[in-house]
Amino acid sequence: MLLFISVLAIGIFLGYLMRKRKVQKKVDFLITISIYSLLFLIGVSVGSNELIVNNLGKIGFNAFVLTIGAVAGTILFSFIIGKKFFSDNKNTNVND
Amino acid sequence: MKGSLIILSFFIAGLLLAYFGLVPDFLINIDYSYYALIVLMFFVGIATGANPKTFEMLKKAKFKIFLVPISAIIGTLFGVAVVSFLLPTVNIEDSLAIGSGFGYYSLSSILISEVKGEYLGVTALLSNILREILTLLFTPVILKYFGKISPIAVGGATSMDTTLPIITKYVGSEYALTSVLSGTILTIIVPILVALFISL
Repeated sequence: MLLFISVLAIGIFLGYLMRKRKVQKKVDFLITISIYSLLFLIGVSVGSNELIVNNLGKIGFNAFVLTIGAVAGTILFSFIIGKKFFSDNKNTNVND
Repeated sequence: MKGSLIILSFFIAGLLLAYFGLVPDFLINIDYSYYALIVLMFFVGIATGANPKTFEMLKKAKFKIFLVPISAIIGTLFGVAVVSFLLPTVNIEDSLAIGSGFGYYSLSSILISEVKGEYLGVTALLSNILREILTLLFTPVILKYFGKISPIAVGGATSMDTTLPIITKYVGSEYALTSVLSGTILTIIVPILVALFISL
C-alpha cells in the first residue's frame, strides 16, 4: 500500500510543479479513461468469479447496511457540529 | 448521476461478458488492473497537485469549514464500525476501508478489490454508489431535520461535483464553497485513508 501512497504523493508534487501548464483537463480525461477500464476489468474478474456471482444478494445487503451506518453516523456528528459551531445551521430556506 | 450510470455500465458490461464466457482468456489470466491502478493513482495525484483550487482553498478557508469534512470522517467511521458488528462476513477494518470511500466509489472500490479481493471491492462499489444516491434523494429531508451542514457531510467526497447542484439548490448557494471545500478535502483523503485501512 505504501507504493500507492508514494505514487500519489509523487503525482501531487509533479502536478504542483505543472500547475501553470493547464494539465488539469488532459489529466481529468486520462483519469476518466483509467476508471472506466479498471471498472470494466473488475467487472470481468467479478463475472468470472462464481463465489461473488452466487453471493451478489448478500453483498448488496452488506453494502446497504454499511451505507446506512455511514450516513447515520455522519448525520449524527454533523448535526452536533452544526448546532455548536454554525449559528445559521437551521434550515430557513423556503424552497424545500 | 449520469456519471454513476456510465461507470456502473462499464462494470456490468465486464461482469456479464465474463459470466457468459465472452471475454478472451488473456484478459482474465493476467492481472492488468494492478498496473492500471498505479497509473490511475499517479494521475489522481497530478490532478490534485495541478488544481490551483486545492491550495487556494486551503489558504482561504476559515477553520470552521474544516469541521464539515471532519464530521463526515468521524461520523462515517463511527457508523460503519458500529454496523460492522451486524455483518459476520465483513470485519471492522474492512468496514472502515469501505466507509473511507465517502462516496468516491470508483477509486475506493478499485483499491479495495486490488488488495482485499473482489468480494469486498464489490461491496465498496455498491455501498459508495448508494451513498451518492441517498444524498441525491434525501438532501431535502436531511436538511429539514438536521440542518445545513448535514447534507454536505453526507454527500462526502461527492459534495464537490455530482451532488453539488442539489446541495446548492436546497441548502443555498452561500454554502456552495463549503460544499466544494468539504468534498475536495474528502476526495484527497479517500486514497490515503482507504490505503491505511486495507493495510491493517
